[in-house]
Amino acid sequence: MAQAHSNAHGHGKHDHGHHDLESLKQFGFWLFMITDVILFSTLFATFIVLRDNTAGGPIGTDLIEMNGIIISTFILLTSSFTSGLALLSMNKGDKKGLILWLAVSALLGLSFIYLEVNEFIHLVHEGAAISTSAFWSAFYTLVGTHGLHVSVGIVWMTAIIIQIAKRGITPVTKRKVNIISLYWHFLDAVWIFVFSIVYLMEVM
Amino acid sequence: MASQHHSHEETGHTHGSLKSYIIGFVLSIVLTIIPLFAVLNDWFNRTTTIGVILVTAVLQFLVQLIFFMHIREEDKPRYNLISLIFAALLLLTIVIGSIWIMTYNKVAV
Amino acid sequence: MLDTIKEFASEFFVTGDPMILGAQVSIALALVAIVFVLTFFKKWKWLWTEWLTTVDHKKIGIMYIICSILMLFRGGVDALLMRIQLAAPQVEFLHADHYNAIFTTHGVIMILFMAMPLMFGLFNIVVPLQIGARDVAFPFLNSLSFWLFFAGAMLFNVSFVIGGSPDAGWLAYPPLSELSGSPGLGQDFYIWGIQISGIGSLASGINFVVTILKMRAPGMKLMQMPMFSWSVLSSSITIMFAFPILTVTLFLLFLDRYLGAHFFTVDGGGNPMMYLNLIWMWGHPEVYIVILPAFGIFSEVVATFSKKKIFGYKSMVFALMSISFFSFFTWAHHFFTMGSGANVNAFFAVTTMIIAIPTGVKVFNWLFTMYRGKLSFPTPMLWAVAFIPCFVVGGMTGVMLSVAPADFQFHNSYFLIAHFHQVLIGGVVFGYFAGLYYWWPKMFGFKLHEGLGKWAFWFWNIGFYVCFMPQYALGLMGMTRRFNEYNFDMGWQPLNVVSTIGAFLMGIAFLFQVWQIAHSIRFLKMDKSGDNWGQGRTLEWSIPSPAPHYNFARTPQVVGQDDWWETKQRQERGEADPAHVAAAKTAPLEPIHMPKNSGIPIIMSGFWFLAGFGFVWDWKWMIVLGLGGVIVTMLARSFNYNDDYYVTVEEIERTEAAAAKGAN
Repeated sequence: MAQAHSNAHGHGKHDHGHHDLESLKQFGFWLFMITDVILFSTLFATFIVLRDNTAGGPIGTDLIEMNGIIISTFILLTSSFTSGLALLSMNKGDKKGLILWLAVSALLGLSFIYLEVNEFIHLVHEGAAISTSAFWSAFYTLVGTHGLHVSVGIVWMTAIIIQIAKRGITPVTKRKVNIISLYWHFLDAVWIFVFSIVYLMEVM
Repeated sequence: MASQHHSHEETGHTHGSLKSYIIGFVLSIVLTIIPLFAVLNDWFNRTTTIGVILVTAVLQFLVQLIFFMHIREEDKPRYNLISLIFAALLLLTIVIGSIWIMTYNKVAV
Repeated sequence: MLDTIKEFASEFFVTGDPMILGAQVSIALALVAIVFVLTFFKKWKWLWTEWLTTVDHKKIGIMYIICSILMLFRGGVDALLMRIQLAAPQVEFLHADHYNAIFTTHGVIMILFMAMPLMFGLFNIVVPLQIGARDVAFPFLNSLSFWLFFAGAMLFNVSFVIGGSPDAGWLAYPPLSELSGSPGLGQDFYIWGIQISGIGSLASGINFVVTILKMRAPGMKLMQMPMFSWSVLSSSITIMFAFPILTVTLFLLFLDRYLGAHFFTVDGGGNPMMYLNLIWMWGHPEVYIVILPAFGIFSEVVATFSKKKIFGYKSMVFALMSISFFSFFTWAHHFFTMGSGANVNAFFAVTTMIIAIPTGVKVFNWLFTMYRGKLSFPTPMLWAVAFIPCFVVGGMTGVMLSVAPADFQFHNSYFLIAHFHQVLIGGVVFGYFAGLYYWWPKMFGFKLHEGLGKWAFWFWNIGFYVCFMPQYALGLMGMTRRFNEYNFDMGWQPLNVVSTIGAFLMGIAFLFQVWQIAHSIRFLKMDKSGDNWGQGRTLEWSIPSPAPHYNFARTPQVVGQDDWWETKQRQERGEADPAHVAAAKTAPLEPIHMPKNSGIPIIMSGFWFLAGFGFVWDWKWMIVLGLGGVIVTMLARSFNYNDDYYVTVEEIERTEAAAAKGAN
């Protein structure tokens, strides 16, 4: 499909009418991620404004268990790293390595979600549900939205793994891997701030 | 480093080497441990701790951008970078603006 | 059994109001009629392949515009109902609840389901043609944006007859919009209708930014791009950065209502004022989102019908981009009275005043463009010229409102209502009408009847002033917004009567427009040549009307600003095109790469509708079905690698030949 566009234009110059479709899609996805930054900004602003509003109910410091959070953080960080390894395999044309590292990243992501769901269940048992107070509403929404993004990413990654297994490394599947790994790094970047602002600043 | 001449099929920011990923990974771990220890071991007073947390977070974000998302390797015009800077500006506006506006609007806790 | 059905129906359908019953019956009849006509004329397949699954930006644009005109009708009827209610003191035409529902739906429909789709319609029709591209960057996403808008609009509209309309205002402030204040379903229809449609808007914003930045014809530098495309770029950037805020805010309100969260409740530590803060962070950029393209249209129309290059192109571009930028820093002026303190109010008062400046620059530039131009006044130009005084006055009252202490008097009075209607009607509506009339022949190959257009124009223009100028006075006399009735001894009646007359003048104008469209279709005068006004300046006028589905048989090589005008000037002077331009025009035809149609956008949007409907009624099975369907269709899209094809050289030759014949 990229063949129709090539005809040996110089690379880099983007003012042709004809466009490298794959780079167009990557740019579009970058812009989508920018909109996601704004989405999370709004959730962070809401959390920060409402963080003291515990309505006489349970406080974060009392119920948050940092051990699980520390493990989750390192799991997610590692999966960001392994998705980079997947990209390196892909650029070397190593289909098996690509699939392997993508699968590892997805599994690490799955573990992250497992730990997070466990955390939420524990918190609810301790009497802190989304309806308990404004603080907990904001907590669950911010942390949960990130978790939702990760979950979507896992499904998406799996779909791409299947497509690569079937079709190999082509310009289209390359673009898809580039995009999902960008998404995956972005989610790790958001988690840095969730970890810092929600968890560290709460147990400070 | 791996910034070769890319063939027409490849597009920007797919490059990096194993080295850059490992550096990024290690830096991220370090930048996570610092604020963690600062908080868990009560190293500083409240304001300084917040400062440390925020600074290490921003640095780690930059690490992600540079070592994992290869933002420096973008061709001109650098639309990705420009849009990111504007998003960062807006992020600060939304967060700081909300905090400022809501200062006198805080309700009973 | 019959009893259960009866009981269900009485809660499901809105009952007890003759007007609503009338609407329900009309909708049912209309649906039956549509199904009958499609079946009788055997047009189902045509509808599906030509329209429902199209990814062609030109057709998507037409669908947006049709929807917006229908919504203009509903929003306009809402307005007339309100004006009837207010024409005299203590009228009992509408109950208070109904009145609340009507001003709510009027606002939501006019801004989100009339102005936005009309805007996106014009984006779609014009931008790819103006920049010399074959389609937008992401045609599939473009189609999805339309169908998401459609699904959201249907959800919102259906609340009138099923479940009940929202009635907490167009921005649904809590705590009124919380479960405690709005226990009914209307508020949930509101949330889901706007949320789903909003996703479509966000996607369109991204689509047009990428299209404009990356798909311009070779040689078209950014600083040579037509002004409308610049306005689309600035508006789309604003959409990208503003809409995620709306998505979050509506989602938080939904969580409050659906899961008992406490973001904006009055108990549990909730803070209703945070909602106002967030919603206006979106709301303010939103009004700039809609006005910027109107500015772009005016630049095109004024330049074309002054036969002159737009005055001060660079400053016009700079003004657009700075308005877009500053629009993110003024939002608190919508709640000066909320108690954020003098410092906050002062800051936002100043930013609000600053943003008036670039607009002023633009007004002067339009006037300077007209000065010593070879002026003509077909309908589009009438709208442009009428906009200038109207919008300037509206803008000035905006500066009055921006003075925070003064706003404590103006806030939520009829002064405010007059201001925003003036800038929205005088700016956005006049602008989009100008664009619609200007580009209509490009869409359909025939112009709209000039005479009827002038009748419609004058009724709108005069009707506007008659309706809204008295409202400034009423505001200063103390009449508050959203009153459903007032007392005899307020002394407000005379001006209210005048205002109501004005509203009906605008209603008559709309009828003229409908007549104009019907008449123009009936007495079709086709002009397929492409340069329908004879003095087009930009690339869209260089191809046939309507444009062939691939737009340009050969990618044009652009030399500079107003490229089509310059090309014609060269022809008139007998000058040859620059070598590379001539070469591009005579280069051998190549197969054109085009995207295939797809049924996924309409199907996915159908599932979103289902999910929204399920959330409103809390029917878990429907929620699961809806969301599950969304995921499945997304995966279907991901696994589909067969979404493009090539238009053969033979087909291009045939199409071009037919167009050339039609032009003669």
